Amino acid sequence: MGDLDALVLARLQFAFTIAFHIIFPSFSIGLASLLAVLEGLWLTTRREVFRNLYLFWVKIFALSFGMGVVSGVVMSYQLGTNWSVFSTAAAPVIGPLFAFEVLTAFFLEASFLGIMLFGWKKVGPGLHFTATVLVAIGTLISAFWILSANSWMQAPTGFAILPDGKLIATDWWAVVFNPTFPTRLAHMALAAFLTTALAVGGASAFVLLRDPDQPESRMALRMAIGMFAIVAPLQLVIGHTSGELARHHQPLKVAAIEAYWKTGPDQPQSLIGWPDRKAGKTHGEIAIPGIGNAIQGVSRDTVIQGLDAWPREDWPVVGLIYWSFRVMVGLGLAMIGLGAWGVWHVYRGGPEASPWFLRASVLMGPMGFVAVIAGWIVAEAGRQPWVIYGVLRTRDAVSPVGAGQVSVSLLAFMVIYAIVFSAGAIYILRLMARGPAPHEEAPTPEDRAPGSPLAVAGEDQ
Amino acid sequence: MNLDLPLIWAGLIAISVLLYVLLDGFDLGVGILFPFARSPKERDAMMNSIAPYWDGNETWLVLGGGGLFAAFPMAYAIIGPALYAPIMLMLLALILRGVAFEFRSHGRKRGKRFWTAAFAGGSLAATLAQGLVLGGFIQGIAVRNGAFAGGAFDWLTPYSLLVAVGLVAGYALLGATWVIWRSEHQLHDDARRWSVFAGLATAALLAAVSLATLVVHPRVAKVWGFTGEGFDSGVFLPHLPIPLLGLAGFALLAWGLWKRSHHAPFLGSLAVFFSGYIGLAASFFPNIVPYDVPFRTAANETGALGFMLVGVAILLPVILGYTAWVYWIFRGKVAADAGYH
Repeated sequence: MGDLDALVLARLQFAFTIAFHIIFPSFSIGLASLLAVLEGLWLTTRREVFRNLYLFWVKIFALSFGMGVVSGVVMSYQLGTNWSVFSTAAAPVIGPLFAFEVLTAFFLEASFLGIMLFGWKKVGPGLHFTATVLVAIGTLISAFWILSANSWMQAPTGFAILPDGKLIATDWWAVVFNPTFPTRLAHMALAAFLTTALAVGGASAFVLLRDPDQPESRMALRMAIGMFAIVAPLQLVIGHTSGELARHHQPLKVAAIEAYWKTGPDQPQSLIGWPDRKAGKTHGEIAIPGIGNAIQGVSRDTVIQGLDAWPREDWPVVGLIYWSFRVMVGLGLAMIGLGAWGVWHVYRGGPEASPWFLRASVLMGPMGFVAVIAGWIVAEAGRQPWVIYGVLRTRDAVSPVGAGQVSVSLLAFMVIYAIVFSAGAIYILRLMARGPAPHEEAPTPEDRAPGSPLAVAGEDQ
Repeated sequence: MNLDLPLIWAGLIAISVLLYVLLDGFDLGVGILFPFARSPKERDAMMNSIAPYWDGNETWLVLGGGGLFAAFPMAYAIIGPALYAPIMLMLLALILRGVAFEFRSHGRKRGKRFWTAAFAGGSLAATLAQGLVLGGFIQGIAVRNGAFAGGAFDWLTPYSLLVAVGLVAGYALLGATWVIWRSEHQLHDDARRWSVFAGLATAALLAAVSLATLVVHPRVAKVWGFTGEGFDSGVFLPHLPIPLLGLAGFALLAWGLWKRSHHAPFLGSLAVFFSGYIGLAASFFPNIVPYDVPFRTAANETGALGFMLVGVAILLPVILGYTAWVYWIFRGKVAADAGYH
């Protein structure tokens, strides 16, 4: 039983630390691209509004990026401390993907972030813009590798299993560009852009509720509406494609998402209900009969496998996945609605004139994060009880460490994360509530060149 | 073409860990020195001197860890569980100190004081944890059938504690000499004083750690010519340049402090660290987990090593190039009253 406890705790620790971590990349991927666009617009139009927006959002980016970095370092070491058996078995295949992520993305982001934040007056505008663009590219490269590794764990290809249980890559192209990877990368990248657009729109709407004439927030709200009006419907299409791929590669996951308990043709489409894994049925279910197969993209008389097609020990936690999926899709539909509503207001002359639209935008501001976390629960919990689908079970992947160490460190993570992330949230929300200033300043430390007249004057004060 | 891929990768990991120790070493050292600063303004200037770099510096730690995972998975899987507690302590401490860079400037009165303390405390705790990892590593890890087979607190010994304290002194020295280089006026003079103390402490502790290693670990002693029967100068002589480099580093440090040079003390401290690092590497070679797992045993299969080497060959020079460029852009002194308006 001791091993089982360590397993449960290690899983809790991983779920806890990754749920916190994923918030920050999904924000900084979108925000870095927004900043590159804003700086590009400032350089080409020279309109102060873009400069102020850049210098305002770069402060929020710095806060979010810092939290993303520190929580990401944790993830990279946890594989060794808590999942050492997974590390030995899988590193030959996905180790290089992580190494490439560090080499192609982390150094790029970390180095040029310094220039982006503190180089506003140290380098020329062209170089500064280049730094911003490189940071934005870096965040996307990072998503590329991590989604490649994760998708490989969902639908592994291009490898062989050696007699000692270790895996070995036989085809690197097949490993990196595994079947579900391109779609899942697109799904994640769009999710990041959506999350950022909603957060930027929400923060701008909050300022506009107080001061409808604030020029930077008016501009930012319009940019945000443009973004999520386009991306949210697109995301529905990509998400659906991702689901079709899952049906092909992980039919069990789809069965759990839709709560198909029994194998058969003409599956119903479950809307809401309370899946009961023990009883093998959904309590209080509201379902539309006759359309389940159509939504899965197959004819009505095609047999779709239900959960009963697999042994119970292979089932994931059905209720968690069922509900996370509905939260994600529900929020996605709400985003599409908000986008259509926003476009209608822009067309009519001014979203800032509608307090109800502004309030709805504020309410939807954090919903991208909720949808991202729900989506990751569907993806990751849906893969259980496998850590590498069909190859390595999670319970066989854990380190030979005692439950005591894992629980103490889990507790310590909870305390430190509670302090760090609530402080970070306060600082970010405080900045958002203040809104961009008419003469937004570059972040500290000092951007005056040492020995310049201004710096000397500063000393005399 | 027959490249010795495991050897190349052992060298690459060694280089990234060395770069991490030197680079994050000085910026952790700045945090360790925080409590000795005269004023919040002095602390602002100290922090500003490293703010543009720390994130890049810490990335070498991620490359070291990620590289070990990718190139020597067996070593990664043994070291993680063996040094579980100090690694977790290091991560938690790095979280607190990492966010302090941004949070400190956003905090108001009490918030700012908290993040100042978190930065100093986090830097100190991360350094102690790294020292415990290093000490636990040097003293050897119990391995059976390619997995960690020891107890949860095997790493905690008087020896590893000594190493941890020594690393604190060493990072403080790197930090103090860095501040000498990058500051002026009062802070510059303060940093000079800190360097004297940190230099003396580092010299004493480095000597103590070296002696303790030879006494406690006969296998290391043998590498340096101290066999059970006596001293074998034939074994020792090829290793002589390593301690000589360390002595030269200390001499450069002392001379630089004496002559009031701005950059010589930092270069001297780097040389001291470099010699200590090479000394350690020579002590375990060819083991990657002392003293039972040679790097060839722990290495990933050739295909993976080759696949990654292509990337490294192209990207590492680029990374070193733009890292150096960033250091160049932010060269020069930081004003002691930077945040003062």
